[in-house]
Parts: sequence; C-alpha cells; structure tokens
Amino acid sequence: MENEVKLTKLANCAGCGAKVGAGVLAQLLGNLKVRTDPNLLVGFDKSDDASVYQISDELALVQTVDFFPPIADDPYTFGAIAATNALSDVYAMGGEPKLALNIMAVPEKMPKEVVHEILRGGYDKAYEAGVIITGGHSILDEEPKYGLAVTGFVHPDRVLTNSGAKPGDVILFTKPIGIGVLTSGMKVDMVSPETCAFANKMMTTLNKSARDVMVNYRVHACTDVTGFGPLGHLLEMAQGSDVEIHLDVAGVDFIPEAAELAKMGVLPAGMYRNRSFAEPSVEPGETPLWQQDLLYDPQTAGGLAIAVDPADADELLRELRKAVPSAQRWGVAAEYRGGKRLFLE
Amino acid sequence: MIDARGMSCPLPVVMVQKEVKKNAPKKLQVQVDSMVCVENISRYAALQGYEVKTDKDGDDFVLTLTKK
Repeated sequence: MENEVKLTKLANCAGCGAKVGAGVLAQLLGNLKVRTDPNLLVGFDKSDDASVYQISDELALVQTVDFFPPIADDPYTFGAIAATNALSDVYAMGGEPKLALNIMAVPEKMPKEVVHEILRGGYDKAYEAGVIITGGHSILDEEPKYGLAVTGFVHPDRVLTNSGAKPGDVILFTKPIGIGVLTSGMKVDMVSPETCAFANKMMTTLNKSARDVMVNYRVHACTDVTGFGPLGHLLEMAQGSDVEIHLDVAGVDFIPEAAELAKMGVLPAGMYRNRSFAEPSVEPGETPLWQQDLLYDPQTAGGLAIAVDPADADELLRELRKAVPSAQRWGVAAEYRGGKRLFLE
Repeated sequence: MIDARGMSCPLPVVMVQKEVKKNAPKKLQVQVDSMVCVENISRYAALQGYEVKTDKDGDDFVLTLTKK
C-alpha cells in the first residue's frame, strides 16, 4: 500500500511475546479479592483461557479478551492475526464464538487507511469464524494495539478446561512451533519470504476446524498455546490436572527456519521469560538447548493442545490431519509422582 | 569491541554474527545492556566454538568471546 508504515517498528514487543510473564501475572492478581458464583463454571482462580458462566441447563456464556501490538508489517494481516488469536480462547474451551467488540489503540498520526486495513483484517477473520463485530473502543496511544473481546457459547456439560487431563491421555497439538522466533528473525530480515508467508498463514488459521473435529471425541482437556509457549501452557495443564506430561520432542513439528534461528541465538525476550517461569518444573533430559528454547517460544495465535482419551487418540489425530495438516502427537499424561511436571524425552 | 548498547534484540546477536562470519576473530568483546542479548550471543558463540565470559559493567554487560 502507498503508506510506508512498518507497523512492527512501532511495537516494543511482538504479538503474544508482549504478554506479561506467567509468574509476574500470578503476583499481580495475587491479593485481589475473588468473588464466586455457582453459575461461574470457569473463573480466574485457575489460569484458564476464558471464563464460562452457565445461563441455563443447555447454555453457558464464554468470554475472553486478547490484544497486542503489531506482529506483522501489513496492517490487514496484523488485524487478521489479532482476531484469530482472540477468537482462539473460545475454541480452546470447546465453545463457539458469536459476538465480538474491537479494542484498538492508534497513534494520532497513523494514516486512516492503515487503521481501516487493521480493522478490515479483523472483520474478515471474524466473519470467517461466523462472528459478528458489534462495536468496540479506541484510544490514542504511541504504540498501536488491536484485538477483540469475544463472547461465545458452549453446552455446560461440554466445557473443556486446561485442568481435566487424566493419566494415560494422549496429548495432541495442531500447529507447527517457532512463530515467536520467526517474528524476531523478521525484525532483522533473516526470514525467507516463503517462511514469512507460511508464518502469517499459520497465525491467521482459525482454531475453529480443529475445535469442530475435537468435540466429537473424548477430549478431557484443551488449551491454546500462545504467549507462555508450549511448555508454559503444558505446565498449566499438568498443574491444573494434577498429572505429569511426557513430551516426545521428536514428535514436535518445529518450523525448519525457526530451528536455524534458534541455533543462531535469534530468540525473543518472551522465550527467556517463559523459560524462567516453567524451567523449575521441566526435566529436559538430553534435549539440545535450541529445541528446549523453541519449546519455550511464545506463539501468537498458536494451535490447540488437546488431552484425549487414549482409545480415541489415533482416530482424532487422523481426523485432525484432514482439517489441520500439521496436527501432531506430542506425548502422554501420567500419574504425578511428585517433583517435576514436564519430561522431555 | 562491538558496542551494541541501546540496540533492541535481536540486533546485537546479528552484529556479532556478521563480525564472526566476516573476520572469524580469535577474540571478540561485545558490550550489551540486557540479559536477553547476553543469552542470545552466548548461545550463538557457543555453537561457533567460542568460550564466553560475561562481566557486569554497571548496568551493562561485557562479553568476551575466545575461540577454543
């Protein structure tokens, strides 16, 4: 487009890498008084993806909000990624998003066409998801930001949280890993145009199709892997479910150029934040440092980590692959023996 | 001595990569101002066969890379 705005140059942190670290977040929320309500099925006492409030025997409301600074230079792509990411939390709860509100911060001098393109990216993605954007709120800010507050619905008996995994469950995942590292590499032009396009495609792939497949199987827990990285989110699942998780590192689909960048030390600050949060609970075994780093890499609009009954695992993986080609088997949950929660094997 | 203070990541590690590729120095010193840069450069240097020593210099860091 004619406006030569490099959006990512206006951002201090990229995408979900801008997320406040999990440890810090727990401290920030620490002393706040929490109210409960019998209809609040999922609240913020556990670190889950969205809140769920039961309205009737057959209907529960799912609410979530997500926004961040530019992760792509193209405003339309940025808007689409932010929307994909915000909608994902509803899918991770097993729900269907229906309504959304824009949340936007724009610099006063940003050209109107650029703002419009960000919104158009968001609207197109929302419509693809079957979601209606009904309004929103914008403020002036030096650093642009965009996202959505999303409302969805789920049957109260079919809510998926990150705390329902059982020993024996197989852990599946739906997108390749390495988006945060690639975003760092893009800032210094070290990523090929093909891989840039691939990363943008991954970040604008809705978790809708994965969710639509998953709900037909005995899934015990689900979470979307975003800012805390694969191990950060798996740790939340393991702690919430009181299990340990054994991750078969060879089964993880690392994006090849992200692997190269990780070996060259091109790693985002968010990776180190995630590492310091989760590392005390991780037994890395013989896993090379670059693979460990990628397993702490903050993902933007990442895929769904699914804990499924072992009897359903093979069929679910087969069906998922028809919808999301990179669907992969990550490992298994086991009874917690005390000590570490995550084992890299 | 490469002065990469005030530069946001991953620029400092990229400057080190350029220097290593161009001149393959036996010894290289780099000044940075964040732990993320220290870690990034240490990872790269280790895989390139350098020994890395990190010294604190006020709020900044000085990395000394020595070819093994």
